[in-house]
Amino acid sequence: MFSRKSLGGNDTGGLIVMLFIALMLVWVSVGNLAVHESSPWHVSTYTVTLLGKFLCYALLAVSIDLIWGYAGILSLGHGAFFALGGYGMGMYLMRQIGDHGQYGNPNLPDFMVFLNWHELPWYWHGFEHFWFAALMILLVPGLLAGLFGWLAFRSKVSGVYFAIITQALTYALMLAFFRNEMGFGGNNGLTDFKEILGFSITENSTRVGLFVAAGIALILGYLIARTIVRSRFGRVLVAIRDAEPRTRAAGYPVAQYKLVVFVISAMLAGVAGALYVPQVGIINPGEFSPLSSIEAVAWVATGGRGSLFGPIIGAFAVNYSKTELTTIAPDLWPFVLGGLFILVTVFLPKGLISLLALRKKRSMTEAAPPNETPRDPGSKIANQHNAPPPQEYLP
Amino acid sequence: MIDAYEESAGMGERINQLKPGQADISHGTILYLEDVTLSFDGFKALNGLNLTLDDGELRCIIGPNGAGKSTMMDVITGRRKPQQGRVFFGQNIDLLKLPEHEIANGMVGRKFQRPTVFEALGVAENIELTLTGSRSPWRMLKVRSTTTERDRIDEVLTTIGLIGLRDRPAGVLSHGQKQWLEIGMLLAQNPRILLVDEPVAGMTGEEVVRTAELLVSLAGTRTVVVVEHDMAFVRKIANKVTVLHQGSVLAEGSLTSVQNNPKVIEVYLGETPCSN
Ligand SMILES: Nc1ncnc2c1ncn2[C@@H]1O[C@H](COP(=O)(O)OP(=O)(O)O)[C@@H](O)[C@H]1O
Ligand SMILES: [Mg+2]
Repeated sequence: MFSRKSLGGNDTGGLIVMLFIALMLVWVSVGNLAVHESSPWHVSTYTVTLLGKFLCYALLAVSIDLIWGYAGILSLGHGAFFALGGYGMGMYLMRQIGDHGQYGNPNLPDFMVFLNWHELPWYWHGFEHFWFAALMILLVPGLLAGLFGWLAFRSKVSGVYFAIITQALTYALMLAFFRNEMGFGGNNGLTDFKEILGFSITENSTRVGLFVAAGIALILGYLIARTIVRSRFGRVLVAIRDAEPRTRAAGYPVAQYKLVVFVISAMLAGVAGALYVPQVGIINPGEFSPLSSIEAVAWVATGGRGSLFGPIIGAFAVNYSKTELTTIAPDLWPFVLGGLFILVTVFLPKGLISLLALRKKRSMTEAAPPNETPRDPGSKIANQHNAPPPQEYLP
Repeated sequence: MIDAYEESAGMGERINQLKPGQADISHGTILYLEDVTLSFDGFKALNGLNLTLDDGELRCIIGPNGAGKSTMMDVITGRRKPQQGRVFFGQNIDLLKLPEHEIANGMVGRKFQRPTVFEALGVAENIELTLTGSRSPWRMLKVRSTTTERDRIDEVLTTIGLIGLRDRPAGVLSHGQKQWLEIGMLLAQNPRILLVDEPVAGMTGEEVVRTAELLVSLAGTRTVVVVEHDMAFVRKIANKVTVLHQGSVLAEGSLTSVQNNPKVIEVYLGETPCSN
């Protein structure tokens, strides 16, 4: 089923991807800031921001792989945690606008003035401080995931049922954030940002700074996820993924494990969203769209789940194709994405990384299909009696 | 998936007032099932089942397919909660009030009917995950393997004869080896009661003999319950046999006495259950 390499020992793929990202951070930053525009080595600010976006997507993909690839929890609502992190950052950026907004109101964001509100809603307080916003970017997705996961995992909701309710979660949030009364800018969302930590957001150097921050966040997020999956905790997750009843029978409080990893994953997704928003300059309820979450899962499947670095490759490959294609034929993208998903599922069930020579040496696990019929001669004993039903009623 | 029969107690709730060590077994009874009924959409897989196990005994449970043997294990391990009845560990620990994972810690260990091991993990890692000790997520995030643990793992692997395959992924093991590995996982877990569902399916003759020896040697310090179809095997190990039929006990006693019991013969449709 899954290669053991992802759990311990050899980890060349991950190392190469990390080095590649580090190299990209240096190259792109230098190419944008230090190389003159006339040079062919110059990297445009457009490219910087585009790659910065991809880095955030890659972190989202890592967060999904942590739960899906290792614990077998398929969330089709991870875009919600990404968007919540994005809104957290957006709120900070709105407060940074101060009286530079169109209405020049130092206390209220423009959209609130427009709605004739006279004071800041209570839940906007504190977001003028970066540290507070940063805390909320971790806490809000974490708490929501904690509550949601607690309800779902303790009632043993898993598999397709879990996937469906996560879709419902992100859809419900989308509808809520569309409403003006919620106080998050309705369908326009939060935009027209001016400054972040005192730096002008449109400045080249700021853009490069945000790009580098996203890259560092990805590397750190990857390392955190890697530490988790390589710990004994990570092996319990794999045990849950492959044989949940066995794991329970071995005395593990499975729901607690799922909850912990789900919360960590939601926090990583929140950080990804928070770094995404200042780069694209806007966050609106569209980020909660159920389709975005499905797309993110498609990146993970394309890259190869259960490896942590495969999804990074997947996020870059799919989004690069999307960018290229949407400039040529935007209407085609949904079909291409759907087709890609089918192709990968049928021909590359382990994703793009299975194409890499790294995996040429087939791991032992792959050689033996699970639940193979017994080959040894003694197995006849089992078949002599009126054969016991081969399967138990595993949930 | 959502399974109406599997509502366990909430994760946060601490209803377990008593540790396994505090079980009262002064009357020599380690497990006590009274009038247990569990139905699947009206079909009674267990129907007023009564069963008493003495501390340290080795009990064989036989019965035709669908008799409710595996379901009985589901109830004892807390995997399914019956609609009716009482299940006690010792005299004082109500297993129906405990979530599955707490029952598994120190009280009841189980080998599934279909051998179930963690296929993506190594053989030694399978044992490592089942060693006694706290199962808290926080501990598992920090814990490093100790030499004591490694010695214990090797000890278990030697017992089950898989020491040579220590670092292989469990997925490559043969069917019989997986059965052994799962028994090894139970040994590492070190529960007071071992429930072993069809342990010798898929084993070679020699492996069957070794399994019988192992299970017999475990009884005494632990209580061992074996469900098995293989009558030759049952004859090798059993001193007391319980016959289940349609969710309740049909007969109980020595193997010879149940084999000569007319009700048992009838259930097995005329054929003696020992035809092997
Ligand atoms: N999850 C389930 N849903 C419905 N029926 C079940 C389920 N599990 C077991 N049964 C039924 O309960 C009866 C007892 O099954 P089981 O305990 O597996 O029997 P045994 O292990 O003695 O062969 C069988 O008739 C089986 O079909
Ligand atoms: Mg059975």
